[in-house]
Amino acid sequence: MTVTTMPLVEQFQFGLDAPICLTWELTYACNLSCVHCLSSSGRRDPRELSTAECKGVINELERMQVFYVNIGGGEPTVRSDFWELVDYATEHHVGVKFSTNGIKISPEVARRLAGSDYVDVQISLDGATAEVNDAVRGQGSYDTALRAMQNLADAGFTGFKISVVMTRQNVDQLDAFKAIADRFNAQLRITRLRPSGRGADVWDELHPTAAQQRVLYDWLVVHGEGVLTGDSFFHLAAFGDALPGLNLCGAGRVVCLIDPVGDVYACPFAIHDTFLAGNVRSPGGFQQVWQHSELFTELRRPQTGGACHSCSAFDSCRGGCMAAKFFTGLPLDGPDPECVKGHGELALARIASGAAPKPSLDHSHRGKSERRPIALTLGRNAGGNRAPVSACNENPLANFASVAGAN
Amino acid sequence: MSTNQPTPTFDLDGRWTLHEQVSIRPERFGALLYHFGTRRLSFLKSPTLLAVVQSLDSQPTAREACLSAGVPSAELPSYRTALAALAASNTICERGS
Repeated sequence: MTVTTMPLVEQFQFGLDAPICLTWELTYACNLSCVHCLSSSGRRDPRELSTAECKGVINELERMQVFYVNIGGGEPTVRSDFWELVDYATEHHVGVKFSTNGIKISPEVARRLAGSDYVDVQISLDGATAEVNDAVRGQGSYDTALRAMQNLADAGFTGFKISVVMTRQNVDQLDAFKAIADRFNAQLRITRLRPSGRGADVWDELHPTAAQQRVLYDWLVVHGEGVLTGDSFFHLAAFGDALPGLNLCGAGRVVCLIDPVGDVYACPFAIHDTFLAGNVRSPGGFQQVWQHSELFTELRRPQTGGACHSCSAFDSCRGGCMAAKFFTGLPLDGPDPECVKGHGELALARIASGAAPKPSLDHSHRGKSERRPIALTLGRNAGGNRAPVSACNENPLANFASVAGAN
Repeated sequence: MSTNQPTPTFDLDGRWTLHEQVSIRPERFGALLYHFGTRRLSFLKSPTLLAVVQSLDSQPTAREACLSAGVPSAELPSYRTALAALAASNTICERGS
């Protein structure tokens, strides 16, 4: 081909006129209180977008040709207008993939979902056993998730996603997760634990060890094509071969987050004023924020790489995850806290305790002891050969497949 | 990735069309495509390739779609490879099938 094009990854660095897909958290309300919830969800916010406002956003997304939205929360299905909004989106050519803990996926709902090509479902599961899962997501949540999966499978819904946040406790369950996915004819999706929201409180205990990072990377090299990652482990590319995906932080460039009150953040892991670009209720709506906000314009400028620039791995990992750096108190132009070269650990050692920024919002349930200690002795791997994970959950490049180009 | 595999077969003289469940969004570099059936995203890496794909329906054959989009004969093989990749992912399919 005579046309000389920049590599796609460079095109994406400068941003697109519309996101490839985006994450939309419909409510902060949730029946669970997962210890690592990246949006600190629990209680509904009285300012949440109304049904009419949500439909207005969907109209905009249709105009901008956003192919699909990743809907989450909170637990999005507890909104009384949830199914109405899903139907409205698909009628307006905006596909929906929604994340749920499974609480509302009854046999009837499962049959309905199985009938639509434009709706995909993602069930959250953070342990391949109830013991490991419920320690993070709460008692009974494993059974709820498995029941939902069974209902989907019984309804003939194939290829739904099982979404796992990788932790120190479940890295050695990778094969078991895969087996669960295979059993339900579903697809496994694994993402990185981020120190965002309540995740900041448990990150030290839950994030995979350096040895686990390696295990994870090796597992992804073998299984990567059959497992989705939301492109969230690109910081592991510094181990060697790049993993499937674009290996680029898409924040504000090709992805973003709309939160329940309409605030637009650079990515789902960065709910903090520093990464707040605007609100869909302001004049010009979402499109104005995406195309012209100061923050997103800044994120689309060439990044220097700072302290990482001289590292031999910089071209692979690009300095890692912005949110992971921010919420552990590291400079954004320095190494990722889980830098596989060990630079992150050294940098973290210099951060004073309590110096990391706190999330701007907290909708956690009150009165219950949500932040209970995590049981760390779930019985694996005393030798510590497991891999840590980093997680860019909803990178829109997650599913991307064939690159068709003749050049 | 399909582009790294040996050249797949693709009938340039067949009648092709964009799969009905695929949406195209033109971009500076070419286009983004999303297949709602397989839920996979793909990229067209040049505006010319986009023009080819968009004219598949109105031209009798894929070869004529290429020529009408301004593809020089000498470059037909590389476009054939790109179209083969799109066919392999069910992004385009034979008309009437």
